[in-house]
Amino acid sequence: MKFTLSWLKRHLDTEAGLDEITARLPMIGLEVESVQDRGAALRAFVVAEVVEAKPHPNADKLRVCTVDTGRERLQVVCGAPNARAGMKGVFAPVGSVIPAGGITLKAAAIRGVDSAGMLLSEREMGLSDEHTGIVELPADAVVGSPAAAALGLADPLIDLAITPNRGDCLGVRGVARDLAAAGLGILLPLDASPLPGNFPSPIGVRLDFTTEAASACPYFAGRLIRGVRNAESPEWLKRLLLAADLRPISALVDITNFLTLDLCRPLHAFDADKLRGHIQVRFARDGERLAALNGREYALSPSMTVVGDDAGPQALGGVIGGEPTACTETTTAVFLESALFDPVRTAETGRALSIASDARYRFERGIDPTSVTWGLEVATRLIMELCGGEPSEVVVAGALPAGGAPIGFRPDRVRTLAAVEASAEECARTLDALGFGGTFEGETWQVKTPPWRNDIIGEACLVEEVARLLGYHRIPTVSLPRDAGLPTPALTPPQRRRARTRRLLAARGMIEAVTYSFMAARAAEPFGGGGALLRLVNPISADLDVMRPSPLPNLIQAAGRNADRGQRDAALFEIGPQYAGDRPEDQAVVAAAIRTGRNGPRHWAEPARPVDAFDAKADALAVLEALGLRIEKVVVATDAPAWYHPGRSGILKLGPQPLAHFGEIHPRVLRTLDVAGPVVACEIFLDALPVKEAAGTARPALVLPALQPVERDFAFVVDRAVAAETVVRAARAAERALITEVRVFDVFEGGAVGEGRKSIAIGVTLQPTERTLTDADIEAVSARIVAQVAKATGGTLRG
Amino acid sequence: MQDVDAVRGELLARVEAADLDGLERLRVAELGKKGRITALMKDLAGLDPDARRLRGAALNALKEEVANALERRRTALADAAIDARLDGERVDLSLPVRPERPGRIHPISQTIDEVVAIFGEMGFAFAEGPDIEDDWTNFGALNIPPEHPARQEMDTFYLPGERDGRRLVLRTHTSPVQVRTMLNQQPPIRIIAPGRTYRSDYDATHSPMFHQVEGLVIDRDLHMGHLKGCLSDFLRAYFAAEDLPVRFRPSYFPFTEPSAEVDIGCAREGGTLRIGPGRDWLEILGCGMVNPVVLQNCGIDPSQWQGFAFGMGLERIGMLKYGIPDLRTFFESDLRWLRHYGFAALDQPSLVTGL
Repeated sequence: MKFTLSWLKRHLDTEAGLDEITARLPMIGLEVESVQDRGAALRAFVVAEVVEAKPHPNADKLRVCTVDTGRERLQVVCGAPNARAGMKGVFAPVGSVIPAGGITLKAAAIRGVDSAGMLLSEREMGLSDEHTGIVELPADAVVGSPAAAALGLADPLIDLAITPNRGDCLGVRGVARDLAAAGLGILLPLDASPLPGNFPSPIGVRLDFTTEAASACPYFAGRLIRGVRNAESPEWLKRLLLAADLRPISALVDITNFLTLDLCRPLHAFDADKLRGHIQVRFARDGERLAALNGREYALSPSMTVVGDDAGPQALGGVIGGEPTACTETTTAVFLESALFDPVRTAETGRALSIASDARYRFERGIDPTSVTWGLEVATRLIMELCGGEPSEVVVAGALPAGGAPIGFRPDRVRTLAAVEASAEECARTLDALGFGGTFEGETWQVKTPPWRNDIIGEACLVEEVARLLGYHRIPTVSLPRDAGLPTPALTPPQRRRARTRRLLAARGMIEAVTYSFMAARAAEPFGGGGALLRLVNPISADLDVMRPSPLPNLIQAAGRNADRGQRDAALFEIGPQYAGDRPEDQAVVAAAIRTGRNGPRHWAEPARPVDAFDAKADALAVLEALGLRIEKVVVATDAPAWYHPGRSGILKLGPQPLAHFGEIHPRVLRTLDVAGPVVACEIFLDALPVKEAAGTARPALVLPALQPVERDFAFVVDRAVAAETVVRAARAAERALITEVRVFDVFEGGAVGEGRKSIAIGVTLQPTERTLTDADIEAVSARIVAQVAKATGGTLRG
Repeated sequence: MQDVDAVRGELLARVEAADLDGLERLRVAELGKKGRITALMKDLAGLDPDARRLRGAALNALKEEVANALERRRTALADAAIDARLDGERVDLSLPVRPERPGRIHPISQTIDEVVAIFGEMGFAFAEGPDIEDDWTNFGALNIPPEHPARQEMDTFYLPGERDGRRLVLRTHTSPVQVRTMLNQQPPIRIIAPGRTYRSDYDATHSPMFHQVEGLVIDRDLHMGHLKGCLSDFLRAYFAAEDLPVRFRPSYFPFTEPSAEVDIGCAREGGTLRIGPGRDWLEILGCGMVNPVVLQNCGIDPSQWQGFAFGMGLERIGMLKYGIPDLRTFFESDLRWLRHYGFAALDQPSLVTGL
């Protein structure tokens, strides 16, 4: 919402200057996007007349000018080809700063001729890139007056970001009203009194809607003005429109645009001679088209409101007018439309056709319904003033929609809700200045909302109005009282688990990444994702079109990108959501971690090795252990999902429940993701872990055996398919009371062991508790271990 | 007694000349059960008591002296041997240590942990909701009807499915967690909800995914002064600036009434931004008193309860605190960036240790 200071002052009588106004605007809820005091940098420059321009004695391209600055006559050397006697230009005196380049001008001799100042081009003033000559001001520019004013730049430009609730401030008058209510001046009266018509309008209006659809256009007023001259708009109007980034077209069009911006009253001006028959406001019919004012043609659909005549649609209600009935410089009779269009329908039409117009922007936020009639009067006055002509009587169709019921307002709520101490007088004065009516008496006031404030729906809205205009600086700072002495923990147990996992993985040397929740379907599919329900309807790009089935593809691709930049050997993790479906229960938080390349950089003492599935298993087990799972009960199943290497991956389970996947990523998946291996990964299902929260904080009592533990080693030859874990569990089960640890310390295949067989060596720790073990005791336990392992695996003790 | 002196002189000389093996042989030969000194001791029996006493004392002194000499010599030899070995064991200590890979916590996680640490002190609980929401929970319940300009401005991502006849969206803000909390719990309520949010926008200051933290407090007598106090306390703790100026400005959100934007003081000097007292203001978050319409939508009686809500961008406050220049880099997983802007595993935020 752009306007100039002088434009604002057409509505606001105020002593306040630019700084005060722009400082106050944001403090009453009207955010200032920018303030451009376009004339500030030009303040030292004045209008000057070139009295004489003679050739330079020592340079062909220079001229020696005598310049009248209003105060004195000075000699100025000028290189511009258009410098000539009689022209008026912008003069920069010695000591002034040239905006382009920031140089302070000094008196100088140019090729031996003294020069006391400069005549400026637009580029030198920082106004444009124009530098073919010096600026030529109109002949009526007053010599010695400020150049900024002569250039039309003395008027500072204010740009506001208006929140969606404040449609009323999409007109300059609405901004002026707010400022006045904030005590920054007086809102000037607007003359919108009815102008009598001299003749009945030859063009009638019919609203052609069913009762149910009457809200599409409930109220319409029109009037014909004949005998107009549609010329160029006067300078003041053109300048205001230009300041608002609108191109002046012709007086009639400019007036309708001006009222849109000035009073938030969009209007349309038809060339009355181009209309056939009467105006009908109705829904568009299938197949109808409109050649719009923006030069484009639109196919209309039956949900769109059109303003038409006997020939068909001539405008899209509240959105844009049509080219065939537009006013041109030859227009002599104009039919003015001032109507009310449904905000939702207007928005839908505009969106469906991708038309963003000033009218649509205002109608979809809701405009003052009473402006249908008063807006027409203001426009008529302006047309008669600028274009002459004779107005018809006003034709009206439909009726002004009923206003809302008064709102009960307890002034004390300003204190109890907004914490602003406001007297009843302050409340009344503020509401009155904003245009609210009703009775401001008693404990509960009955407040009537002005028709331009469709955002006010309840008491809280009125509290906000009073509080914002009195100022939020009046809200005290009160620390939130505590319910109890000390707070209870903020995190739930699952949240605490995630927090622990995050810091544990980082402590293991992994780097946390946060990646998008969506990814390319191509990357998601190998991980079981890419289902139709998880495909975004409107993805931002084809690479981000499905919700991820796992964070792994993102991490793997991130590792690939890092490798491309020379950052190989990544250890990355992410703790975040994955999506199995579109229901809330389908979303689960998972800890996904990958390691790629080698386990570290080359080193003189410790050679790096490629990462392998056991790195991923270690990561997963470390997390499970840190989260309090009894990992000695965790078993490894080999049926990991298809994105893993079938022979180098597993699922960690507790009973039937999967806790984590781990292993090498399948080379085919890496090929799809275009990432070089090896990549190992684990996925820990944090939300699904069967973690029992400890009943108390006390640890079990520590029992330290007094007797020395005994170690015995065994090597078994088993079938290659036998899992080491089976051997370990069997050995452990041989004598539960005595065996405290079984550790695999050697595995090898082939050679003497034989084809399809392998040797697994275990170290067993026996911890006696009552008496020292005799050789016979140890022999007996050893025999049981050998027997148990043989029974469980068919393995034999290696000789 | 001359023979004792002679033995002493001879033995001490031999001890000084012996190597480690020689010392052992000497000990056995001289001090052992069949050694020379032991034999001399045995001869004492034939002497008269006075002579025996004198000679006995002399022999004992000799025995002790030799034993001490042996031990001294043994220690000296062992030390020399260690010195000699160590001299050969010199390594180049300028060589680098074995590689360790320091892990890192992502700045967003750290920021969330900091926010939770502060609001946790104020008694807030950490609430959550799904990323895939229905449009009533994301918009309708929050007083943003379908054609509301605020809904249109949000650049919503849509999913094809429906839930109870409602369209599915990726939540555009964390505010639906407010709705879920109020639907599931009667007041008093005091929650924060950090999480992922999504809008279809990508440029220098927008990412299609970003993080917000929502706050909601509902009680009987809360007013906007409490909102100002709560957020001022938070901002001053988060930016570790007790004198941080905090300013409320009127604004608009469909789900709060009255609504406010919050600015913090800053100074822009020489191209850098410093948070704290200064001439400039920086917009940091939006907030307000929960709109009675929203309370009603969520089954809470607005005549009994009132409260406030706030929402802020986590990347934004992280960028401001840690001087991170570009929002989009948060999600690029560039190892160099993560190492530079990330945090050590042990940097667990706490108000007690300081943020």
